[in-house]
Amino acid sequence: MKLILSLFFFTIATQISAGGKLIGTSGVTQVEGSAGGGLVPWATLAGYGTRDEQGASAFFSAVTVDDFRMSAYGVAFSYHDRIEASIAHQKFQSDDKSIRLSQNVLGLKIRLFGDLVYTEWPQVALGMQYKNATNLSLIKSIGGEGEHGTDFYLAATKAWLDGPFHHNFVLNTTLRYSKANQLGLQGFGGDKRNRHSWLLESSLGLFINRNWVFGVEYRQKPDNLSALKEDDWKNLFITHLPNKAFSVTAALVDLGQLGGRNDQSGAYLSLQLIY
Amino acid sequence: MYRKVWLSLLLVVLSACQTISKQDDSLYLDLGGKVGISKIIDIFIYEIGETEEVVHHFEDTDLDRFREKQIEHLCLLSGGPCVYTGDEMLPVHQGMNISESEFNAITNAMIRALDTAGISIAIRNRLLAIIAAMRADVIYQ
Repeated sequence: MKLILSLFFFTIATQISAGGKLIGTSGVTQVEGSAGGGLVPWATLAGYGTRDEQGASAFFSAVTVDDFRMSAYGVAFSYHDRIEASIAHQKFQSDDKSIRLSQNVLGLKIRLFGDLVYTEWPQVALGMQYKNATNLSLIKSIGGEGEHGTDFYLAATKAWLDGPFHHNFVLNTTLRYSKANQLGLQGFGGDKRNRHSWLLESSLGLFINRNWVFGVEYRQKPDNLSALKEDDWKNLFITHLPNKAFSVTAALVDLGQLGGRNDQSGAYLSLQLIY
Repeated sequence: MYRKVWLSLLLVVLSACQTISKQDDSLYLDLGGKVGISKIIDIFIYEIGETEEVVHHFEDTDLDRFREKQIEHLCLLSGGPCVYTGDEMLPVHQGMNISESEFNAITNAMIRALDTAGISIAIRNRLLAIIAAMRADVIYQ
């Protein structure tokens, strides 16, 4: 992982100009490492590369809720605005340190058709996230089945340059096919349900101007474990993009019941470097 | 029978009103009319000159003519009382092979020009939506 990160910064340092897409049009990086919102993968690809260029991004995100904290970091590359490859690492722990979980996520996304801004129809992409969780014994003890699994998703994202109130809007809808418990950190499938589920995820963002976006996200979750209930996730976010190289996102998150504790809500902070 | 005729007449009148409101000149006026648009185009041309990656496309351009046609075009696009005497978007860009990046660089030059001219975000977005619709005729021709 460290090697990949150093390679990434080396790549950035040796390139002179960034990609040619308009600022804000690559979104940020979601918690599993794919280009998107904070929780939801979008049809956008990492970085600002157009069909003639390459793009890349690196992120670090941290979430702290009542009894738990989570962090994630990773890098993503895109080639000719067509395909995105990403790798991310997630760490999850309870504040009393009795629970420690982690996993790696490898992501692949293909833009099928459309341009976020310039086509009347949305940009549409098909993606997958292969997840490999550690700590199989803990996963077994809570009724989870496997320690690795693959999510598939279809995302449609559209930005309106002159939307309601003459502001720029972005709307994303993602349909995910997954059996991951709490992103996969608690394994894949469980005693209650051991099959993939179709899950709906959505993001809505309003550009206040070119450098500030605020919005909401919703992510439906499966509920595979009888011992640990899993709730849908929601957030209210604000993103600042001072330039095309950097973005920072802050959010209020509501993760519902998590690790057997009720009403886990708190704050999210994410930093992103973009090329 | 009369009722039907009356209804169809009403429909015709209503659709005519709609056509008129579509051709409204509010965007033209919001951009400051002819004077405001001339100022925006002057800054736009300066901004293009500052944009390294696209300036080579303008090496052989007659700047006075370019300025005049740009003002006419922006006036017409915003609903102003102008006749555009320049070339159509598709033929004029043929053979130039303008890339997506270059199109966006020009768009950014226009955004900076509108900012410098003090145009509000709402008005800017109305204009950008119109410019964005021309992209297909401009890039990779």
